[in-house]
Amino acid sequence: MSSKNLDTLYRQVIMDHYKNPRNKGVLEDDSLTINMNNPTCGDRIQLTLKLEDGKVADAKFEGEGCSISMSSASMMTQAIKGKNIEETLKLSKVFSDMMLGKEYDEDDLDLGDIEALQGVSQFPARIKCATLAWKAMEKGVGTEKEEQE
Amino acid sequence: MNAREIRQMFPILDQEVNGKPLVYLDSAATSQKPVPVIEAIDKYYREYNSNVHRGVHTLGTRATDGYEGAREKVRKFINAKSTEEVIFTRGTTTSINTVAASYGRANLSEGDEIVISYMEHHSNIIPWQQVAKQTGATLKYLPLQEDGTISLEDVRTTVTADTKIVSIMQVSNVLGVMNPIKEIAKIAHENGAIMVVDGAQSAPHMKIDVQDLNCDFLAFSGHKMCGPTGIGVLYGKKNLLEKMEPVEFGGEMIDFVGLYESTWKELPWKFEGGTPIIAGAIGLGAAIDFLEQIGLEEIEAYEHKLAAYAMEKMSAIDGMTIYGPKEASKRAGLVTFNIDDVHPHDVATVLDAEGIAVRAGHHCAQPLMKWLKVSATARASFYLYNTEEDIDKLVSGLVKTKEYFSDVF
Repeated sequence: MSSKNLDTLYRQVIMDHYKNPRNKGVLEDDSLTINMNNPTCGDRIQLTLKLEDGKVADAKFEGEGCSISMSSASMMTQAIKGKNIEETLKLSKVFSDMMLGKEYDEDDLDLGDIEALQGVSQFPARIKCATLAWKAMEKGVGTEKEEQE
Repeated sequence: MNAREIRQMFPILDQEVNGKPLVYLDSAATSQKPVPVIEAIDKYYREYNSNVHRGVHTLGTRATDGYEGAREKVRKFINAKSTEEVIFTRGTTTSINTVAASYGRANLSEGDEIVISYMEHHSNIIPWQQVAKQTGATLKYLPLQEDGTISLEDVRTTVTADTKIVSIMQVSNVLGVMNPIKEIAKIAHENGAIMVVDGAQSAPHMKIDVQDLNCDFLAFSGHKMCGPTGIGVLYGKKNLLEKMEPVEFGGEMIDFVGLYESTWKELPWKFEGGTPIIAGAIGLGAAIDFLEQIGLEEIEAYEHKLAAYAMEKMSAIDGMTIYGPKEASKRAGLVTFNIDDVHPHDVATVLDAEGIAVRAGHHCAQPLMKWLKVSATARASFYLYNTEEDIDKLVSGLVKTKEYFSDVF
């Protein structure tokens, strides 16, 4: 089997996030809830964000989906915690560029585990899986930003 | 029937995908096209492309003959009484929407019921949801048996004197079950309702006789039966179609146009507003010739054999769940499944790396997915060009998928 190809997609760290998702659950109290689904495949995510002083104080997700969508959600929640809104949106842009196979500007952002998702860009049919959680986050942070402005 | 020889007529199948010979198991989504269909469309554009039903010139006459000739082929294919009952549409979705928007809106009111089933494709759900909202009618769902089949007992209790429309798919795109349309139509008629049949998954694979089924409407698509995309059929009984208003208005469908009032052409053209799908219809006609040359009974029997083979081999894989009836005799040529602990999208990606094309997702049947208590499934669907060898490759691909995911975990 052409496992070389597949191994660029299914990296160990992705499988680890899929099997042991970080920040799985629902935040209570005055958190922001964003529901999003991928109507073509049935993946869905519920993201809850707690924003305090312009920063992501906490983030959790619930959902159903494939290894790529769920591991991406897990990594995303991990990455945005403690970042301010500006930084999360910048991170999101970097991620989107990464998915499109473009050169991306890391600046001083710590991508951490997210870099493992780089291989998804070679599987066009799976890019939407990886971006679902990020779109939900952008929507949540975006509405918060609008309210602030 | 010799699938190996038939396969030669589908040029697309002779290629490598990801370094492996293509194994195409997604015909329930769309079928591949044989040379005679591709050539018929090519010939139309090269030799007699022209608008139909107007103009005096020679090409216009040839195009009209081609288009109307295709209609006669469809009439024979489904054994309709007359070509007045055969309307060309964009596909199954448009066909069902036409019935809902025209017949539904004119004949439904508060207190009336529309009956569909849990296994329906979105295209046989949403048009009825919409018309129910517009008219105040109630949409009712036929329950399913444990194995996904419909029981006539349930039909008898669900369909009542208030039911005006019953709309059911003949073959399920997920469960593979073949529904007893003739019997359901009988119950619908006993209650004064009309019977609409979604034939998207049946027309490509079995002989359909609309007079024998005694259905009032039948919808199907060309692209799932070796024809091109963008062409489909709405069959309707003449006495019903005659009373129905068109849904689209414009050129082609008119008789006389005044400043404030217009009148419509006779059947079937009053339902075909605008320049019709000429190349599509000609391609569909060629697809019908192709299928009939092989024989629909032959094709159906062959696909049953493939389904039985696939059921046997696939159910032997550890951790495999197959949806729908276990008995191959109750199934058409598709198998919907899940493997424990591997998401169907991941299954489809690993199989794709092996050159095997299957579908993963909700198959445009979200209510059915809910009934099955899954968010998504994978599906392998077969057609006349598939062989037992394709299924063997699928099975070994599935075994590898399992191994791959148990390794990476």
